[in-house]
Amino acid sequence: MTPILQVVDLCHTYGEGTPFCHDALQNISFSIEEGEFVGIIGHTGSGKSTLIQHLNCLAKPSSGQILFRGEDVWKDKAFTRDVRFRVGLVFQYPEYQLFEETVYDDIAFGPKNMGLSKEEIDRRVRRAAGFVGIPEENLQKSPFDLSGGQKRRAAIAGVIAMEPQVLILDEPTAGLDPAGGEKILQNIRAYQKALNATVIMVSHSMEEVAACADRLIVLNEGAVAMMGTPHEVFSHAQELEKIGLDVPQVTRVFLRLRQLGMDVDPAVYNIKDAVSALMKYRGVNADA
Amino acid sequence: MLKDITLGQYFPGNSVIHRLDPRTKLLLVVVYIVALFTAKWFVSYALVLLCLIVIIGISGVKPRTILKSLKPLLFIILFTGILNLFYTEGKTLVSFWISTITYEGLTRAFFMILRISLLVTGTFMLTYTTSPVSLTDGMESLLRPLRHLHIPVHELSMMMCIALRFIPTLTQETDKIISAQKARGADFESGNLVARAKALVPILVPLFISSFRRADELATAMECRCYHGGEGRTKLKQLQYRARDAVAFFLGAIVLASVILLRIFGL
Ligand SMILES: Nc1ncnc2c1ncn2[C@@H]1O[C@H](COP(=O)(O)OP(=O)(O)OP(=O)(O)O)[C@@H](O)[C@H]1O
Ligand SMILES: [Mg+2]
Repeated sequence: MTPILQVVDLCHTYGEGTPFCHDALQNISFSIEEGEFVGIIGHTGSGKSTLIQHLNCLAKPSSGQILFRGEDVWKDKAFTRDVRFRVGLVFQYPEYQLFEETVYDDIAFGPKNMGLSKEEIDRRVRRAAGFVGIPEENLQKSPFDLSGGQKRRAAIAGVIAMEPQVLILDEPTAGLDPAGGEKILQNIRAYQKALNATVIMVSHSMEEVAACADRLIVLNEGAVAMMGTPHEVFSHAQELEKIGLDVPQVTRVFLRLRQLGMDVDPAVYNIKDAVSALMKYRGVNADA
Repeated sequence: MLKDITLGQYFPGNSVIHRLDPRTKLLLVVVYIVALFTAKWFVSYALVLLCLIVIIGISGVKPRTILKSLKPLLFIILFTGILNLFYTEGKTLVSFWISTITYEGLTRAFFMILRISLLVTGTFMLTYTTSPVSLTDGMESLLRPLRHLHIPVHELSMMMCIALRFIPTLTQETDKIISAQKARGADFESGNLVARAKALVPILVPLFISSFRRADELATAMECRCYHGGEGRTKLKQLQYRARDAVAFFLGAIVLASVILLRIFGL
């Protein structure tokens, strides 16, 4: 099967031909399979936001291609617009894009642009509100009367209501309290399960991507530094540190345990694996 | 698309032009504009153009940047040129169907295009080479005498400084909001005039809201640093005329005098 999204040799230069010209992305290639949850991590300014804006045709590559189900997204105008509906992008701090009088209307903005029927729009708005946990009575409020976290949810619902096959989120939990952030992650996973959607999430928190992602893409200064399962990526703790990133706290604990001479897997990255690794270690010891 | 707007942008540098006192530059821009409107014929225009080229050369601003800054104005420049070309009476040069091009029209269109381009480029050179802060410092210092007429000079220059500072921020913000709404399928390029005007609502509302938020935050931040107007406020960097300013004034005076002389001789 063809991958749902393919990035082929993508380069992007900001401000070409001005004194401020800057190569934000250099020769990036990867592909994303249907139904995957991919985490993108990288230092501030490594090009994460720039990269994902290419995936739904908001930025045009300086060179290289983006393929959606094997077809170039810039092939023609109608297809580009179509891809924007199939690949939903939630921006960094999306709460600043709210503009309608009520939360309901704001969520309905995307579906309306798709030209859906009134009933279908209503169904989608309520479903999206359900996914992100906006209670019914808040739908008729002004979006500007909500708290920061509630605004964030409303903005995410605005993209989810278009029911994209690929949902891309740029740091969806930045600036939220841990419980609020965890809640949003659960909402995203619920959406992924319900629609068998593909999710791409940019994040600064290693714990977060470790908990959610099937695969990680590590960016450094506009190039792919590493790619693989969380287990593979987090087993390169030193290289990650060199490019200003970190490993999850559990992984650090296990690295230290290993330095102390315990024979455990140093790339354990979540609590569940940590427990089973420790059990296994005890079991091994008991045998001996 | 908004990135092409370089209006009010500052390109940091260390040329003599950058280091001139902002007051000198402001006054010389006035001299330049007077010279430009005094210029009458090829020789005097050539002199003004030469001055501009020398200034651009010394400042190190790339010619490409300057051409790019003229791009948004291309329509107005061409429109004025064409109007002058067809609607000036005089000796007929060519005539076809209902329109005639006169010899006077041709020269006037040429000078009009040249004059607008020189005007815009010359004033842009001021903001390209002067940081907003020193520009407003200079403005405030030049306008200080107006205080006696109860004109709030300091407040006005502070407002100008803030406005200049926020032009790039707001264009960036607009770009971001446009992208975000495009991601939700907003369409700004098709439909009739009413539909297009309506399509601006999703951009303008968030833009206004964030501008008010920014203004509010900025006001709070300024108050936190004990800003309360210009009364008794001293400056870290005192403006001071130096030898190079004297030289610049001298050269400016020579150019203006020559242009006036050339005009008297009709050149
Ligand atoms: N509109 C723009 N014009 C010029 N340069 C830009 C623009 N947007 C981003 N850049 C530059 O491109 C590089 C990559 O930016 P990008 O926003 O993709 O980083 P990021 O990885 O998302 O960072 P963060 O984690 O802080 O969000 C940065 O060096 C930035 O300065
Ligand atoms: Mg970013």
